[in-house]
Amino acid sequence: MTIAIQLAYLIASILFILGIKYMNKTKDARRGNILSAVGMMIAILATLVQIESVTFVEIIVCILLGSAIGLYYAYKVEMTKIPEMVALFNGFGGLASFSVALSEYFLKSGIDLPEIDGIASTSIILSVLIGGVTFTGSMIAFLKLNGSISGSPITFKGQHPLNLLLLIAFMVASVFAYMNQSDPTFMIILMVISLLLGILTVIPIGGADMPVVISLLNSYSGMAACATGFILNNNVLIVAGSLVGASGIILTQIMCKAMNRSLTNVLLGGFGQAVTSAQQDGPEIVVKEVGVEEAAMLFDSASSVIVVPGYGMAVAQAQHVIRELMEQCEKRNIDFKFAIHPVAGRMPGHMNVLLAEANISYDKLIEMDSINDEFPNTDLVFIVGANDVVNPAARTNPQSPIFGMPILNADKARTVIVSKRSMGKGYAGVENELFGYPNCLMLFGDAKQTITKVVSEMKDMS
Amino acid sequence: MSIESLIILIYILVLASYLGFELIAKVPPTLHTPLMSGSNAISGITIVGALLACNELGYTSLSKWLGMAALVLATVNVVGGYAVTDRMLKMFKKK
Repeated sequence: MTIAIQLAYLIASILFILGIKYMNKTKDARRGNILSAVGMMIAILATLVQIESVTFVEIIVCILLGSAIGLYYAYKVEMTKIPEMVALFNGFGGLASFSVALSEYFLKSGIDLPEIDGIASTSIILSVLIGGVTFTGSMIAFLKLNGSISGSPITFKGQHPLNLLLLIAFMVASVFAYMNQSDPTFMIILMVISLLLGILTVIPIGGADMPVVISLLNSYSGMAACATGFILNNNVLIVAGSLVGASGIILTQIMCKAMNRSLTNVLLGGFGQAVTSAQQDGPEIVVKEVGVEEAAMLFDSASSVIVVPGYGMAVAQAQHVIRELMEQCEKRNIDFKFAIHPVAGRMPGHMNVLLAEANISYDKLIEMDSINDEFPNTDLVFIVGANDVVNPAARTNPQSPIFGMPILNADKARTVIVSKRSMGKGYAGVENELFGYPNCLMLFGDAKQTITKVVSEMKDMS
Repeated sequence: MSIESLIILIYILVLASYLGFELIAKVPPTLHTPLMSGSNAISGITIVGALLACNELGYTSLSKWLGMAALVLATVNVVGGYAVTDRMLKMFKKK
């Protein structure tokens, strides 16, 4: 029987690996996700056969409750809110690992002769730490993303020394918790410190850096599962946890590179608070406006168009009218593509999901590195709700806070139209000198309304 | 746990992490959001630990209640994670 169970866990591990492998191709990705879900099902069934049948009632109740909440949320959530959902679910995963570790601790320490050896004890303590940090950290990220608390960094004096002090206190308390297993006081101290650390490490990080934070917390939730695997001496938890841990770390690296920031720089926080004086003293940017009719004519006479979408597009719910714009252009045999910056949207790959939802074929969505050489040969670039990712200051102005960040070279196109609500600044709080360039025209107003007008102008022309 | 079984677990950890890095580096940026929500669902594997922690008679002990809480949370993570990933991937179409 135990061999059958072990084999089932092995099959589950293989299915998780295959599931991720299938994610390498967009057309296979859905199958990969299903394989991975089947793996999870097998792991759950293999665990259920080890369980006393009398506890099935509460287990079924818990599973039904969890499934109902999960399914409801998964089918109700709007695609703009996916980052919030991922943050929230990450937090749940962390809290689950945290609870499993504590459950194991209270089970084994409650009896007269505590039987937790050094390895199990270390695993429990690590699981409490990583799980706790993942939980509260993700909750803060969630609250920042949905606007319940301000997205701006919360910093105070002595923040970093305090975190260090808490970490040291955690290590000291760990030793005491191991030596006095029958006394839960130290374990409670460990719980409190780890929950506090999650809050304190995420509050100084600004809203613009949330893609990095979610990726990192995603990695933590995998590591927490790994630590649980060490507690239970269970391979499938370690395999699955490592895969998630690796995934989160890679995405974190990609995000940092796309913003030209080091992970340490992101984690220390406070970015985007102070705008350098060199920026503010710069010359006033004089912009040229364009009306909807003229914009429609520019689209009509172009032979190639690249759209640069930003999160502002999704906020204005303009993705569907952009698809209509695309259809109008394609009717005229205009080459129409989208240039996707790695940090467009609020989490890695978010913009692709938003455009896919608007029924835009995924082969139209081109990554930054592949499309950047095409801008000089493009007639018209249409920037919707993006700002920092097209700011030429990142290439030209060493004083700029975003200097060195890889950007889309939209400014090199023959004509640039920027759809923007007002002259507000981007996430980084930096002026965008592109708006003052001679080839740049501003189309002011709500993106959805103005683009709808452009589309109807184009319909009238044909 | 013996030191031998710990070593085996560490082997698994190292090899699986390496494999993870290799596989995930090849995932196209287009799919990074579904990758994240999908891997989020995989991290719900803690459900195995939660089930085992529920495996205790009666409702009096703290560890039982913690296990049940973990089970609900991990199930939300697993079911919600896979469902939302599927919902997203369904939208990715080529025309």
